Amino acid sequence: MAAVSAVLQSEWTKIRTVSSTVWTLASALIVTVAIGAALSAVFNSTFDDLSEVERATFDPTLVSFFGMTLGQLAMVVFGVLVVGTEYSSGMIRTSLAAVPQRATFLFSKITVAGGLAFAVGLATSFLSFFLGQALLGEHRASIGDDNVLRAVIGGGLYMGLIALFSMGVAAMLRSSMLSLGILMPFFFLVSQILAAVPKVKEVARYFPDQAGSKIMQVVPDAMNTEEAPYGPWAGLGIMVLWVVAALAGGYLVMKKRDA
Amino acid sequence: MIEAVGLTKRYGAKTAVYNLSFQVRPGVVTGFLGPNGSGKSTTMRMILGLDRPSAGHVTIGGHPFRQLPNAPRQVGALLDAKAVHGGRSARSHLLSLAQLAGIPAQRVDEVLGVVGLQDVAKRRSKGFSLGMGQRLGIAAALLGDPQVLLFDEPVNGLDPEGILWVRNLMKKLAAEGRTVFVSSHLMSEMALTADHLIVIGRGQLLADMSVTDFISANSADFARVRTPHTEPGQREKLTAALMEAGGQVMSEPDGALRVTGLPLPRISDLAHDADVRLWELSPHQASLEEAYMRLTQGAVDYRSTDDRLAHLQPPQQPGHQGYGMPPQPVVQDVPQQGWYAPPPPGQNPYAGAPGQQPVPGPYAPPAAQQPAAPQPSDTTKDAR
Amino acid sequence: MIELEGLTKRYGAKTAVDHLSFQVRPGVITGFLGPNGAGKSTTMRMMLDLDNPTSGTVRIDGKHYRELQEPLKYIGALLDAKAMNGGRSAYNNLLCLAQSNRIPERRVSEVLDLVGLTPVARKKSKGFSLGMGQRLGIASALLGDPEILMFDEPVNGLDPEGIHWIRNLMKALAAEGRTIFVSSHLMSEMALTADHLIVIGQGKLLADTTMADFIQENSRSYVRLRSPQQERLRDLLHAHGFIAVEAGNGTIEVDGATTEKLGELAAENGLVLHELSSQRASLEEAFMQMTASAVEYHAHGTDVHGGAPAPGPQWGTTSQGA
Repeated sequence: MAAVSAVLQSEWTKIRTVSSTVWTLASALIVTVAIGAALSAVFNSTFDDLSEVERATFDPTLVSFFGMTLGQLAMVVFGVLVVGTEYSSGMIRTSLAAVPQRATFLFSKITVAGGLAFAVGLATSFLSFFLGQALLGEHRASIGDDNVLRAVIGGGLYMGLIALFSMGVAAMLRSSMLSLGILMPFFFLVSQILAAVPKVKEVARYFPDQAGSKIMQVVPDAMNTEEAPYGPWAGLGIMVLWVVAALAGGYLVMKKRDA
Repeated sequence: MIEAVGLTKRYGAKTAVYNLSFQVRPGVVTGFLGPNGSGKSTTMRMILGLDRPSAGHVTIGGHPFRQLPNAPRQVGALLDAKAVHGGRSARSHLLSLAQLAGIPAQRVDEVLGVVGLQDVAKRRSKGFSLGMGQRLGIAAALLGDPQVLLFDEPVNGLDPEGILWVRNLMKKLAAEGRTVFVSSHLMSEMALTADHLIVIGRGQLLADMSVTDFISANSADFARVRTPHTEPGQREKLTAALMEAGGQVMSEPDGALRVTGLPLPRISDLAHDADVRLWELSPHQASLEEAYMRLTQGAVDYRSTDDRLAHLQPPQQPGHQGYGMPPQPVVQDVPQQGWYAPPPPGQNPYAGAPGQQPVPGPYAPPAAQQPAAPQPSDTTKDAR
Repeated sequence: MIELEGLTKRYGAKTAVDHLSFQVRPGVITGFLGPNGAGKSTTMRMMLDLDNPTSGTVRIDGKHYRELQEPLKYIGALLDAKAMNGGRSAYNNLLCLAQSNRIPERRVSEVLDLVGLTPVARKKSKGFSLGMGQRLGIASALLGDPEILMFDEPVNGLDPEGIHWIRNLMKALAAEGRTIFVSSHLMSEMALTADHLIVIGQGKLLADTTMADFIQENSRSYVRLRSPQQERLRDLLHAHGFIAVEAGNGTIEVDGATTEKLGELAAENGLVLHELSSQRASLEEAFMQMTASAVEYHAHGTDVHGGAPAPGPQWGTTSQGA
């Protein structure tokens, strides 16, 4: 067995020496925070135009996380590129010749990249929350309120899990282009559209992003949406199952297929 | 006929090609040699009108490329095997080229047959290996049945059978009276293919002559002589006679003598006079590679240093001579001069070449990098 | 030492590598030859455990590749000049490889220096030419100072200076007692580099022999004579039962004789010889003869410009020193 610490260090060097790491993670943070802030400001100024129910179920914490719908796509790109570039560049053969133990190689990579994604995710969610609340004026929530801290930390976890899920998918598909071509439309369009279609949405709410994002709601039926049949942590658990499945799939593909 | 006159190309402050004048004549294969970065590709591109010269001009059959009427039927070129739309099949790629030049579609199948791609003609060229891509590029060059052909590294990616085929193809094209201009880094291949050479270094003409002249101008031939090993006295007698007659004699590891400065019949006569029986008397010509290396020294980009580990190695391994090549001379006995032999690792074959200062050749590490004492595996042995 | 035992790889119905067994020994350069599609690359990838064999095993110093701790210190490989991340600098590409096998960082600068890439070490490797990419690949192979080195088409894209350098480098490494395994399509280059040959065709082992034996077994060798007394020489040869053929240019070729024997014969009879040299075919000729039936994508010469690979004097017998 190659020393895991050595492989972790190597993977860290790989991540920090490509420019895509900086720009994907920076976009994830900036896009999420900026859109969250803008929407918070809009809600603050148009609060009185909201319907009665919507005002009753108004969830200031969730509002400040609205930017994640777009920001998560940058996380998807980050996750896909971390794994996919190994294949598109041909580096995978060199990498596996250096670290032939597939599990050590893949999970070291995922540990490093996942750790970084969680760190950036948490920074993003805290920044989004505080900036959003500041712009929500009198409708703001406080970090000390019930369940708010859980939602904020959950937002960070959600971002990290999205990146991990993308890594698993990229490891299964062994191609950046193919993975992005599937994941981007799925998270940005398909999942959201299906969630609005009656009947289908019963299934769609078990999609990784739909289930996982429940963790960011403080009010269960926030903004007059339907309440999910599972709680916030259970939702995150569903997402974790998706991530585990994707990573296991990725590992099996790497183990079985020729590099 | 390709004719360059005062051809010059500058990119900003850098001069890639400077005042290059040469002619590529029909009926022979002309090799185009030069180290990386010497301006070969730039020259090729200017011949094909892809780059505009900063000064001077180059013509094909008397016309600049861009003014040639129906250029594809007069000039065929293989520049880069990957310059093909990967999504298209080999056949439709050639068909589109043929249609542009008004060449009948039947010629496409003809050239596909020539290059041996008829079985994969319908496959997308994206899945092609480098060698198959190369064959497709050659097919495209042959499409218009042109009188002038340019090939840039044509054997890249080809297997031995393909290399042989390309070599014979080029000779055949030249024998048909066409102008064939080939660039390559593979000296041994060039030696077998080209009749005439144009060598450039740092964008300037270094040589424009026939291959045989080039080799004799830039290296020395030698004779290999062997006497009966059962009688060691004969060897010494012959050595004395040869040296007395003005020849230079050096000893090879298997006991044979390398003789320079005397023609073979003279060696034979001297042996006869000295009453020495010969077991071998064979002429050896230096390789094109050696001649080329001699000429282009000092005009090389990205030079590599020798592995410092290489200095560790024993100077000579008895009983371990190269196979399929002349045995290497015993370097520690005799100063190596005049001919090329793959040098023992860590030695600079050219340092003692006649008429040359013993400057470090391209393979000797710069003095500063030479470790005082060989310390090879220090970096990793301790980490193991 | 690399040992292959019954190595087999099938893709569906197609057998790329078929029960291949051979050993690559230390101290010599072993050339790996075969036509395109013979299974060379697949074999090399299986040796590095990149592809899974359908059956059979590869052992590196007696161990499976996956059992190697820090494999770069045992075996270094140049498979493909493009097997690096172009978005990373040459230095960083090597650094992450070095770190994964706990190779000290200063070795990275060392090998970059060795291959002559120090001036461009901090540049992104995607701007590299094929030759520079090749040098980077060679640097990565040397990184762990391994006892076993594998090179797939190492001279690809290198200029003559680079070709010369890598040839001498491989010889130096072999002379240090390392195991060198190198594949190439360039027969003339192989003839100058390799001591031992392993030849495969259609996935099967065709030859595992020394260079000299390979050429001997697969082509004609003869003695070339030149004499001012040609008539007498010919008569003398015939009288002694040798089959002498006049080959033009005043030379006589004799099959099945040694230069020693003919030299003695000439001396006994007071004949002057101006040449007495043994001629062997080139490696290329020997290789072509052996693999003639195992070649994919035959070019054929139906066209006027074609020219099927016709064995002929142009590539036939070249003097062994040429």
